[in-house]
Order: sequence, then structure tokens, then C-alpha cells
Amino acid sequence: MGDFSLQELTSILAMQGFVGISLFSVLLLMALGLAIIFGQMGVINMAHGEFMAMGAYTTYLLSVMTQTYFPELMNYYFLVAIVASFIVAGAFGYLTEYVLIRHLYKRPLDTLLATWGLSLIMQQSFRSYFGAREVSPTLPDWLMGSWMPTDSIFIPINGMFVLGLTGFVTLGVFLLMYRSAWGLNVRATTQNRVMSGAVGINTKRVDRLTFALGCGIAGIAGAAFTTIASTGPTSGSLYIVDTFMVVVFGGAASLFGTIASAFTIAQAQSILEFFISSSMAKVLTLLTLIVILMIRPEGLFSSKVRK
Amino acid sequence: MTTTTDFLLAIEDLTVSFDGFKAVDSLTMYIDKNELRVVIGPNGAGKTTLLDLICGKTKSSSGSISFKNKEMTKMAEHEIVRAGIGRKFQTPSIYENLTVYQNLEVSYPEGRGVFGSLFFQTTDEVIKRVNEVAKEIQLENFLDTEAAILSHGQKQWLEIGMLLMQDPELLMLDEPVAGMSAKERDETAELLNRICENRSVIVIEHDMEFVKKIARKVTVLHQGKILAEGTMEKVQADEKVIEVYLGH
Amino acid sequence: MNFVYERFLGGKNGAVAIAILAILILVIFPLFLDAFRLNLVGKYLTFAFAAVSLVLLWGYGGILSLGQGVFFGLGGYAMAMFLKLEASDPESTKIQTTPGIPDFMDWNQLYELPWFWIPFESFTFTLLAIILVPSIFAFIIGYSMFKRRVGGVYFAIITQVIAVILTVLIVGQQGYTGGINGITDLKTLNGWDIRTDSAKLTLYFINALLLLGVIMLSKFILTSKFGQLLLAMKDKEDRVRFSGYDVSNFKIFVFCVSAVIAAIGGAMFTLQVGFMSPSFVGIVPSIEMVIFAAVGGRMSLIGVVYGTLLVNFGKTGFSETFPELWLFLMGGLFIAVVMFFPNGLAGIWNKYAPKFKFIRRMNLTPDKAVLDAQIAPAVSIAEVTSDLVSTSDEKPEGAKS
Repeated sequence: MGDFSLQELTSILAMQGFVGISLFSVLLLMALGLAIIFGQMGVINMAHGEFMAMGAYTTYLLSVMTQTYFPELMNYYFLVAIVASFIVAGAFGYLTEYVLIRHLYKRPLDTLLATWGLSLIMQQSFRSYFGAREVSPTLPDWLMGSWMPTDSIFIPINGMFVLGLTGFVTLGVFLLMYRSAWGLNVRATTQNRVMSGAVGINTKRVDRLTFALGCGIAGIAGAAFTTIASTGPTSGSLYIVDTFMVVVFGGAASLFGTIASAFTIAQAQSILEFFISSSMAKVLTLLTLIVILMIRPEGLFSSKVRK
Repeated sequence: MTTTTDFLLAIEDLTVSFDGFKAVDSLTMYIDKNELRVVIGPNGAGKTTLLDLICGKTKSSSGSISFKNKEMTKMAEHEIVRAGIGRKFQTPSIYENLTVYQNLEVSYPEGRGVFGSLFFQTTDEVIKRVNEVAKEIQLENFLDTEAAILSHGQKQWLEIGMLLMQDPELLMLDEPVAGMSAKERDETAELLNRICENRSVIVIEHDMEFVKKIARKVTVLHQGKILAEGTMEKVQADEKVIEVYLGH
Repeated sequence: MNFVYERFLGGKNGAVAIAILAILILVIFPLFLDAFRLNLVGKYLTFAFAAVSLVLLWGYGGILSLGQGVFFGLGGYAMAMFLKLEASDPESTKIQTTPGIPDFMDWNQLYELPWFWIPFESFTFTLLAIILVPSIFAFIIGYSMFKRRVGGVYFAIITQVIAVILTVLIVGQQGYTGGINGITDLKTLNGWDIRTDSAKLTLYFINALLLLGVIMLSKFILTSKFGQLLLAMKDKEDRVRFSGYDVSNFKIFVFCVSAVIAAIGGAMFTLQVGFMSPSFVGIVPSIEMVIFAAVGGRMSLIGVVYGTLLVNFGKTGFSETFPELWLFLMGGLFIAVVMFFPNGLAGIWNKYAPKFKFIRRMNLTPDKAVLDAQIAPAVSIAEVTSDLVSTSDEKPEGAKS
């Protein structure tokens, strides 16, 4: 570290920090979806990463189609792509819940295996259709370039856009879960499924929509992902373990916990990456998390509740 | 902080709070050797929580629970059981896939460690004990029956039998006759009167008819505190008790 | 003798099943397969160790580990380190900058043997390490998790993350571990060349016998009160706890035993295949071990061996001819096993075997206890197909059990 002047070091920290912000955005979007599903239904969707990839491929497809048929609309397609990614991944999530997940609610461990199987099938489908090579959508011009607050700091615009998108989605999730009638149904079902059914909440419908919503948000994460990296059949699975850690570390039931934990993990990883190799940064981050979880298994941000 | 007493169980100033809500509030209560105590009270009075505290399922916020003059509040569940406290849950908690015989055998208090259980052998003594207990709980003709297909009442008895296998000095029963037929209730009352001859029993119950059949001394809980204590007649005549039960 | 028969073999049914398996892997395979195929089967059988370990841990204990590859890898790497040191004597590595150290260390500018490699010059230490390192590791994980009542999905995820950490570590620390290629070019075991056909045949038999031994030991554990308590815990953990048992100790123990079993498989893998690499440690191999167990029947010590063989034959066969199809099939297998055949091959056998007269006559139909322990399918095939065609939304809850 002695080779850097203080100013350089500050700039590096700021920029690395911003790399961390992009990672944070994708992790948070992924984790939001996973946490909604895990927190509300107690099942882990191992194919969650593939739902993200599905969103990314949807964005890619739309970009190709726009470029071919409506090149003049290239500046706007991305906004449509975000919505489309949400709908495509959400709809597939809805179907998945209906055909697969709902039969397995009493067996969370079996859900892990079944959704892992689903992830293999989805990965291979991506590979068969889009090929094994990574693809990237053509991004609209306004997403390119960077903003320079000082001479030595470059903050990429796409990163800021993704951060904004993440904030928007997070706020949406918060409003939906804590300020809407539907969110009340979801929370009621989580707390007492039998009672909720008795007071007239269609708990099965709540489950299905919750699952679809979680997958849809993963789709948005996929759209956001395309702005910072290219998409391959296994892109989703690269993020899945980190996403698990975000959810577990944040204490699945707390939105604030998920945000804080995504931020911590992303920042730790990207700042460490500058000083040691990226693989060691990953090992160190995950290892620290595991050790913390061994000491405090309920996660950092969950409160003690009466069982 | 534990005072030495002649009581089998001495609960002193026991409090547990969940996020500020005191489910059990500075409760003091003593149980004699060979006593059968019935705890009654409206829903949410803290009855089940009290049992949870004694058997270690819930950890107390303050106060002491002393069993044979030994402090229990810091002990793990299995240690409390080994000290001689058995607890029956509200809904029958038995191993549905095992037979009545196996249910009782698994509860035999030997081979409780990892290695002990690996090398545990069914001796004549174990078989004898299983048969004794099965007779006590009137399941001697059902030894090879899978527990899942027993009637609700029989399941309750089986769980009591599993506790009797361990010959506890204090037995705690949470609503043992809930969901039983009238005949089964009578038989359960007889069973309880028999088994409390050489051990203490705490029973939580709602059913007043049943309580009258077994009760010698009754404790009424309300909002985590003791409202009244004494014989059934005395408690029934108590103004405060009448108000709590009939007032709303 | 009767004790051995009942407890290690599991009575008549168990004894016959073990005998049939023994004949298959000790007589039929060696007689009918060429050296290459037999070595392949030997490799599959090392995975069967991991599958057997999961019967104890997952099938009976109800604890799903998605990190059995970690223990398989620890066993395999311990053996590989010993063999590598033997293969790296100063004479055969004299062209290196530093002769006498493994070649990959030399390529990565290491000039002396790292301290943690030094004890692996001893064969005794290596054998001890194969047993002790995984069990200590499992003990630490198990103690910190089970004492705090962490289990279920949470435990599965944590074990998976541990598998990721170990893989990334091995890949990242090339100089110390051989990196992504693993530890290769293993030659001799205490001077005995393990690359020859005759050595491979001997190792195959040692491996097969060890597997049978491990199965019998597992049978002993499962037929004891310990095994009964595992099942009881899966059903009513609180009841077991309030019957005076320290539930966590039982879980820690079964986790440690399963770790050691998987590690023995890993060590035998290294010996028979001649190398060890991170591709047998991470997420994918670990979860594949679970599918071996699931296909064979998670409650059946013998069934999982057949499950392992079947899936691996399928994998080898398909990935040679239709590699794309294989991933679809594998994915479908995960879903189908969980949804329709939760007891795997063993469940199918238990269901259909009694229909054959000669099996009934030999009194080989499964006993009731075995059938009771089975898991009901999540859903019937008919129900799913009707789901897919029907438009009506809700089904009565009673349809699932």
C-alpha cells in the first residue's frame, strides 16, 4: 500500500467502493427475491440465479429485436426490457410454483433438490438456445460513459443507474409488503397459515404470487446485470451462493437486514479484491460470514421472538 | 440465590418477558413431595409458559427454580429431565412410526449418550419395565401396535407412559384429557391418582369436572401471577377467581 | 454370531441384500468387465461411500449436507499429498529449480515444502489424517451449528458455502494445492506402482471390501438404539430432548461419522484414479452425491450403491453420446425423485418385490419397519398431469400427505 499517495488511495477506495455498489445492487436485487420467498415460505429456490439469467437473456433478446426492427428506439428499449424481464421471470416463477414448489412446502430440503434440478434444466436450455458463449445487449448511449467528480475519480453511469433501479425496486417491495393490503395477507400467512386461511385469505394464491414476485425481482436483477457484465448460461449460478449468504446473514425476515447485509458483503468483497486476489477476497469474505454465523446463527439483524 | 427448602420444587420470583410482555411475572410457588397440584387459569395466563420454564424449553429472565434444592434455570433440557423432571406436551408427542413397545423402550433411561445408545441392549429388565408401564397405562395389549393408529386418548396415555419409563420425581402434564371421551377422562383421573402416589405431579387443566376428580390443591394463574391458591372449594369461592373466570 | 447377524447385517433381509451386492461387485464385475471398465466401476464405488454417508446423515438423521464433497476431498487430498510427495523424490524432479518438491510448487516459485505438507511424508500420519481431519472439521461445524439448534435448509446452505470456500481456496492457492488441475501424476504407494492393471485390480477389491465394511458398520449404527433415536428425532425432536437425550450430540456424531465415510471414499478415489482435483470438492459434486443417495433411496444403505452405479453409468454413457441431453436428464432426475420416488430404487423394490411369488416364498419381502420409515411421494404423477391440463386453480389439501 506504500506505493500510493493518500489522494490516490482515496480515489481507489471511492472507485472500488463504487464497483462494490454495482455488486451490491445486483446482490440486493437477487437477495430481495430470494428473501421474500424464503422468509415467507421457508423454501430456498436454488434456481434463483437462473431466473436472474432469464431476465438477462430477456433483455438481450429485446435489444437484438429492437436493433433489428426499430433501431431508432434503441434509447428506450432498456426501460421496456426491465419490465419485460420482470414479467417473463415472474410468469415462469408462477408456473414453477404451480407445478413443482407447492407440492413440496412440507419438505424444504426436497425443495432444494427439486429446484436444483430445475436450475440444471434451465441452464442447459439457455445453452441450447443462446449458445455457451456469453452475450451482451447493446446498451443505450445514455447508459455509457462516466461521471468525474474529481480528476482521478471515474464513476460509471451504468452503475449509478443500477443503483437507482435497485433503490426503486427496494422501495416498491417495502411498500408492497408493509403498506399494502396484499402485503398484509402475505405477512399474515407467514405468521399463521391456518388462521389466515380461516379468515378468508387464499393462502395458496398468496404463496404462488409471492413466489412469482420473488422470481420477477430476480428477473429485474438480470436486466440490471446486463449493464455491468455479459450473460452466459451459468451467470446466475455464480451469484447464487453470495445471494444465499446475503439472505442468511441478514436474517431472512428483515428487509433492512437484507439491505445492510448485501451492502456489507459487496463492499467487503470488492474492497478486499483490490488488495488481494479476487479468489482470496471471496474466501475471506465467505469465511468471515461463516464464522459470524457460527457464533450468531440467526443472522445479524433478526430479533429474538417467542417461539 | 436458591434457598434451601423441604419442597421438591421451589419456584421463587420467577419472571420471563418477551419483548416487554411478562408472560410469567414474579411468580412464587412451592410443590411438596408426592403432591398433585392442578394449575388452572384463563387462556394466556402463563400456564404452559410456566411448564416451559420449569423444563427448560424457555429460559427465564429472572428468578429461580430449584428442584430438590438444585438450581434448574441454567441447565439444558436433557439435564433437567435427567434430574428427574418429566414433561408431557399439550398435543400427544409420540413417535408415530414406532410401535407402542418401541416408544416405551426408546424412553428407557439408559443408553442416553451417543456411545451408550450404540451399544444399548434390550435386557430382561428393560422388557419387564416396558410391560409394567404398559399395564399401568392400559396398553399392554397394544405393544405391537403402531402408535399412529392408537386412539387420541391412548396416545395421551402412551406419552404419559413414556415419561413413567424414566420414573421421574416430578411429572408435568399439559392438558392431559383434552379431546378425550368421558370414559377416557375417568380412566385418566384414576391413572393420575395412582401415579402420584410416589411422585409429585403438576397438571394444567381446563376441564373443571376433571379437576374436581383429581385436585387436592389448586393454583389459579392470571396474567402471569398467582391469583389464588388452595383447595378446590376455597378457590371456587374466591371473589377474584370468579371475576376473572366469569367477569368477561 | 447372532449379534453380528442381526446388528451388522440387519437380519435375513439385510444379509441377503449384502450378499447379492457382494457377489455383484466382488465376483460379477471383475469377471465380466475389462480392466478399464472395472476401474471406472471402482471410481463409481468411491462415490458410493459418500452416498452411504448421506443415508446416515440425511436419510436417517434428516440433516442434508450439500458439502459432502468437502469431506470426500479432504480424504482424497490427504492421500494425494502423500502420493505426490512420494512421486516427487529428488531424483525424478532433478530438472526443477528446487528438486524434491511437487512439480506444481516449483512452477509457482515455491522453494521449499510448505509446513503443512511435511507430515504427509509419513504414511501412518496420512492414514490418520484421512480419518481425523474430516472428523475434526465436521465436529467444529456440527458443534457450532447443532448446539445452537441450526438445521434444515440453513445447515444445507452453510455446508454448501463451505464447499465453495474450499474449492475457491484450492483453485486460488495453486502453489500449495496444485490449483484447478489438482494433484496429478501420482505413481507409487510405498514403492508399489498403482498405475498397473494388477495394482488397479487389487485396489478395486480393497475398495469394494471397504465399502461393504462401511455398509455393515453403518448397519450396526442404524440398528442400534442410536439409529432408532435418529428416526425419533426426525419425527419429534422435542420429545427426544425432553426424554433426557442431548439431541445435538447425536447429530454431531452422525455428521462426523458421515464425514469419515465420505473421506475414505475420497482416499480410495485418489488411489484408483491416480489424481485428486477441486472438481470433486465443490457444489456440483457435492449435490451429485445427494442425487446418488436420492436415486438409490435415501433410507437404504444398499440401495444407494445401486443408485450411485446407475446414475454414473448414465452420466458416462450419455455424456459420451448426448452431452446436452444429460443435463436435462439429470435435472429431470432431481425433480422426479423428489416428487414421485422419494424412496428411490429401494422404494420401488419394496413396492414391487412382494408381487413376485419366489421373493415371497423366500420370505424376503421388506419388513414393516422398513416400509413405515418410507417417505410418501410429494404428489402422484396423475395429479401433476391433471394439474397441467386443468384450468381450475385450487386442489383440496388432502391430496398431499
